Amino acid sequence: MASAGGNCLTRNEWICGRYLTTRSDELQAAVREHVDLTVTSVAIGVALAVPLVLVARRWRPAVGLIGSITSILYTIPSLAFFALLLPISGLSTTTVRIGLVVYTLVILFRGFLAGLDGVPPDVLESARGMGYGPVRMLLTVELPLALPAIVTALRVATVSTIALVTVGATVGHGGLGNLIYDGLGSTFKAEVFTASVLCLALAVVADLLLVLLERLATPWRWRARARRRPGGRRPGGPARAAKTSVTASVPAAASPGAETAAGARP
Amino acid sequence: MSLVVDGVRWLGDGAHWSGDRGILARLDEHLRYTGASVGIAAALALPVGIWLGHRGRGGALAVTISGALRAVPTFAVLVLLAIGPLGLGDRTTIVALVIFAVAPLVANSYVGVREVDPGAREAARGMGMSGWQVLTRVELPLALPMIMLGVRLAAVQVVATATIASLIGGGGLGRFVADGLVQNDRPQAFGGAILVAVLALVVDGALLGVTRLFTPAGVTTTRRGRGRRGRARPAGRRGTTGTTGTTGEETLGGTGASSSVARLGGAADLAGKPGTGL
Repeated sequence: MASAGGNCLTRNEWICGRYLTTRSDELQAAVREHVDLTVTSVAIGVALAVPLVLVARRWRPAVGLIGSITSILYTIPSLAFFALLLPISGLSTTTVRIGLVVYTLVILFRGFLAGLDGVPPDVLESARGMGYGPVRMLLTVELPLALPAIVTALRVATVSTIALVTVGATVGHGGLGNLIYDGLGSTFKAEVFTASVLCLALAVVADLLLVLLERLATPWRWRARARRRPGGRRPGGPARAAKTSVTASVPAAASPGAETAAGARP
Repeated sequence: MSLVVDGVRWLGDGAHWSGDRGILARLDEHLRYTGASVGIAAALALPVGIWLGHRGRGGALAVTISGALRAVPTFAVLVLLAIGPLGLGDRTTIVALVIFAVAPLVANSYVGVREVDPGAREAARGMGMSGWQVLTRVELPLALPMIMLGVRLAAVQVVATATIASLIGGGGLGRFVADGLVQNDRPQAFGGAILVAVLALVVDGALLGVTRLFTPAGVTTTRRGRGRRGRARPAGRRGTTGTTGTTGEETLGGTGASSSVARLGGAADLAGKPGTGL
């Protein structure tokens, strides 16, 4: 192979340091577009999912309705989705963004709803008994307890979106996917390989960032875990004790089918 | 709206259905891609997921596998394989789709077996069943709806994703979408998209039917009317009174899929590893 002479670019090798140095501008631009598309799509998805979930919780028939609509949208292949949006938004990032938002919406809507539904009813009843109104209940009781499930949904949506952005290359805006698409035409191995690896790396970094965010946002879970280890539970006031014991069993709470045996439906 | 009308009109044209580049031929290719990749993925993933669930350990592994696979862009895999070892062709498409389909299959089969009512498992062991018997006579029948939910999710997603075969010159219904895109023939692109979406729904319905057919009579499933939080037990940790409730055996549009997201989310959380879901 080395007999071909020249550098790794001319030999068309998979891994090529020279590619990184000579095309760093192109790579940076692609990463920037990739991150931009992902962040805006997930952010818009969250902004749409939250009101939808709140409506669905007030008016239950909406769950089936919104669920069915989003599921059907989910079966439309992304490639076709972008093609269908062309007459509306043309070859623009908007086309890609609309498609991505729809896909994140499916994941986020279900995840958020399941998280809020998983809050143990006895905790809600206690809060209600203590005179919590609906807004205060949502913000100080339901949201913190649903946070692990919410973050899980966010992680799934973000990671899937990062992977899906690449298909946007078919309409000219796919971030790193543009490089992959371009490399397909010219069989430029280093370009395809580098872009694919960067894409994976982006997903891993995004996932870790969200895990970190969850840890920062729910300090009591980790405190509770640390506290239990030395043995003996030190109750820190009744409210906190209730909170920690509930959140410690969050995997159960995260699942809608996971009520405690004693738990009655609200 | 005229686009929809044009798309439907395109579908209505008999000339588009026949021939080796017609809709029927493409449909046949699409089903071949889907069947082959879901079949191979199931043969690889289900034993792993079921075995991990049976052992009750290795959840972190199952969740990590499926979480990591979710981050892999199928498009990138397809192109990497196409310009690399496999070259252009159907084999490349199928390998890329197999990698894509493994995630939901491992995750759902693991969670399904793992969350079998521990009471039922202990009772079986108390009756003197061996590990193998517990697995085949108790855990698998009870986990079947959940495992099949994973198969349905995988199949539906593969049907939708198989369209990208067209990007490397492959066949399938994606051909119409890609050609329509390139030739600026929107009715064709729209017609292709409709076909794929309908096929996904039909495949989902068919697999749901198969699930119903093979689910043992004793395994009750929570139905829509009963409410989503029906009578499932608490995440397989405690025995409950109540039936051995298996979750959501409904269409994708129903609450079944949503509860699976939550359950997998729960499992993901349990292991503290990247989440799985849909």
